[in-house]
Amino acid sequence: MSLSESNQAQHNSLLSSDSQRTLYPYVTGTSVVALKYKDGILMAADMGGSYGSTLRYKSVERMKPVGKHSLLGASGELSDFQELLRYLDELILYDNMWDDGNSLGPKEVHNYLTRVMYNRRNKFNPLWNTLVLGGVKNGQKYLGTVTMIGVHFEDNHVATGFGNHLARPILRDEWHENLSFEDGVKILEKCMRVLLYRDRSAVNKLQIAKITEEGVTISQPYSLKTFWGFSAFQNPTVGAEGSW
Amino acid sequence: MSKSAVEVPPRCGFSFDLCRRNAMLSEKGVQAPSYRKTGTTIVGLVFQDGVILGADTRATEGPIVCDKNCEKIHYMAPNIYCCGAGTAADTEAVTDMVSSQLQLHRHHTGRESRVITALTLLKKHLFNYQGHVQAALVLGGVDITGPHLHTIYPHGSTDTLPFATMGSGSLAAMAIFETKYKEGLTSDEGIKLVTEAICSGIFNDLGSGSNVDVCVITKGHKEYLRNHLLPNPRTYVSPKDYSLSKKTEVLLTKITPLKEKVQVIERGDAMEE
Repeated sequence: MSLSESNQAQHNSLLSSDSQRTLYPYVTGTSVVALKYKDGILMAADMGGSYGSTLRYKSVERMKPVGKHSLLGASGELSDFQELLRYLDELILYDNMWDDGNSLGPKEVHNYLTRVMYNRRNKFNPLWNTLVLGGVKNGQKYLGTVTMIGVHFEDNHVATGFGNHLARPILRDEWHENLSFEDGVKILEKCMRVLLYRDRSAVNKLQIAKITEEGVTISQPYSLKTFWGFSAFQNPTVGAEGSW
Repeated sequence: MSKSAVEVPPRCGFSFDLCRRNAMLSEKGVQAPSYRKTGTTIVGLVFQDGVILGADTRATEGPIVCDKNCEKIHYMAPNIYCCGAGTAADTEAVTDMVSSQLQLHRHHTGRESRVITALTLLKKHLFNYQGHVQAALVLGGVDITGPHLHTIYPHGSTDTLPFATMGSGSLAAMAIFETKYKEGLTSDEGIKLVTEAICSGIFNDLGSGSNVDVCVITKGHKEYLRNHLLPNPRTYVSPKDYSLSKKTEVLLTKITPLKEKVQVIERGDAMEE
């Protein structure tokens, strides 16, 4: 497999028990983009799972609800995301077993994820993900992110991977407090469209999830309209036939 | 310089000997001196009457900003301008060189230069040096065949595009173009969009900053708007001037005029033909 051959040389220098640690990701998801709007959080992610440079899986749900108040989106290694969901399942289960009327809110889940990611990286065995955690509890909206090395912060809009370079500039320009649902979706679709054009691992099948005080809704998968009709694309060698 | 016992005829073209030495040194851990890079946002777009180019004005040397207001839009011909990203020396040298070649060509043919001529000269040179001349360019102009916009990569490949961005801030600027560009923009809309894209690069990319330069090229006319927008003014300037507390006491002032060495006689003879 060309993936392992290219990475082998770089990673061999560390500990010898290489087979016991995550060295490089295999099946990866690309960017997740999220923003706070009037009633809660809106998050968008496409449904592609790439295996190196092949688009292997085209129906991967990279956003999942966590407990009653949170929504988790992940990019990076999909098996590590699935493992995290199991950890979170256990966390929520134990919380429910207390049966004390309290439930873990997004801030708490975010903190738990930060600890998990940071501790794994300290053992040189990271969970190869960048996570986006959004939620609403008691009217308070919360949106945060955790990377695979444990860097975490919260903001009004976050993105992972390529989204940081392509979507964040758009969000910084166009986001404002109290966006309506339609406006929020429009901005997210704008970001996802740019990602579709310019990120090679993006796929034109995405879901938008919203979380409000009432709960989580994840939309059905749909695709975005793209435009390729520029005249320079139709006829790039006008005036210079035979060149490129 | 080592003296060789056998006379070797001078080799033509670029000598890559030092490249091997540099690779060997960097393997041993010797840090190469950092280049002055233009770590940049440069953009271009085609609008209804021609081409608009835009660039930021920050030049970096590693982590330091070495020039807060440099010029990245280079003159190639009266109807062709070129923005450059990458190593500053490379972009300057290569655009100057091709600009002179174009001028000679204009004298030879008696015609206005075409954008594809500049494109071919640049791409030939860059391909010849196999990517070692690190210049990534956005070339735009209007000639007899119409408006053209091209990107040229350091290895010599080119693209013909309706809108283009290059440099470290290219993704931030491209996000703006992909969402807002449409065909048939007017001059004002185009300038506004270019300024927005460069500002996106300035504020979202660390390698770009300071001011926005814009160049509008239309048929027979060009407008070079240097520092079209200054979104980073120096806001906190100390109102007090420098005040030196301890002054040197003036004891004596004496002014001695220097004697004139040459006597100038006004009524001299007129110059001989």
